[in-house]
Amino acid sequence: MKTVITASGNSVDTQFDKRFGRAAWFCVLDEDTNETLFFDNANISASNGAGTKAAEKMVELGVKKVISGDFGPKAKDLLDKFDIQMVIIQDDDLAVKDIIKKIKH
Amino acid sequence: MSFKIAIASGKGGTGKTTVSVNLFEQFSEHSEGKIQLVDCDVEEPNDHIFFNRTKKISEEEVFQQVPTIDKDKCTFCRKCSEYCEFNAIVVIPPVRFAEVNQSLCHSCGACSVACEFDAITEHPESIGKVSFYKTGNNKGLVEGKLKIGSAMQTMLIKELKKRVPLNAEIVLYDSPPGTSCPVVETISNTDYVILVAEPTLFGLYDLKLMVNLVRELAIPFGIIINKSGLGSNDIYEYLYKESIDILGEIPFNKEYAGVYAKGQIVGNMPVEMKNVYKSITEKLHKMGC
Repeated sequence: MKTVITASGNSVDTQFDKRFGRAAWFCVLDEDTNETLFFDNANISASNGAGTKAAEKMVELGVKKVISGDFGPKAKDLLDKFDIQMVIIQDDDLAVKDIIKKIKH
Repeated sequence: MSFKIAIASGKGGTGKTTVSVNLFEQFSEHSEGKIQLVDCDVEEPNDHIFFNRTKKISEEEVFQQVPTIDKDKCTFCRKCSEYCEFNAIVVIPPVRFAEVNQSLCHSCGACSVACEFDAITEHPESIGKVSFYKTGNNKGLVEGKLKIGSAMQTMLIKELKKRVPLNAEIVLYDSPPGTSCPVVETISNTDYVILVAEPTLFGLYDLKLMVNLVRELAIPFGIIINKSGLGSNDIYEYLYKESIDILGEIPFNKEYAGVYAKGQIVGNMPVEMKNVYKSITEKLHKMGC
């Protein structure tokens, strides 16, 4: 199953990014194989609709769960429509690998 | 031809509405022709509150054209989504999903041009209302009111300006705060811009932004310093250095602020303040107003 974690950089050592639509990077975690893949957010500085575009990408990638700090209303509507689970983590100072550890335990 | 004056400020709360309403009254007192006040602050129009005997004559709904995508014709090629500057179109090919997010759409029509499969049709969606009021003999007030949730301020202001009766001698546009598109739309094609500024640190900072904007648009302008006596003299040094005209200064008056808060400024102006407005309208008359 594919899970996306919003990240501030392109490795599991980087900080978790608490923004969804304007996250710097997306970390796609395959929960079955534990493999991670990073891609940058093409719409990070869009004036409008960054959240919508990020949600669109999640649906396209077949992601089942997204972990971020917050979701805007338009992104939430779209993720809801495609039954993608949204998980909100409010802790500061977490690295992406800490969140992966939490998922595993 | 009407003489068109926009009243703007950059910073909010400097006194655009106070100045607009008072100039409207002052011009009306000394003019044979019709004076028209236009409330372009479409997100929170409040000019009408200041007139006791205001009567709404009519109102008109304003629409934008919003596209819908026919999923039977759509090939999910994404061209429309790529053309859309506002990220208003979501197309997800693997799940055959194509939808327009109306609250992000700016009605530019690019998606209709992009679509090669005739899958996009446009339909009207309300963005707000334009209301026409009569506040007295030869005194008209028109206001735009944006529909909650709509992001089409600029379009509504454009439509509002188109609907202002052409028979007025002087048209006063009360601008929204800020220096972005809605303000540019409000002050565009006017003959003169009055910038209402307050002599505070924040007032000066935003005034500089506004001066840059008005110079960029090459519209003649002057300053009214409101709440003078507050803050510092920095604003005067700036205006002197930039050779910008001061049309008048309105002293800070706590009692008057109370009258404003009750919505009773019309007909209740202290004499010294009235003289300031009188001299401002005289200066504007000399400029061809």
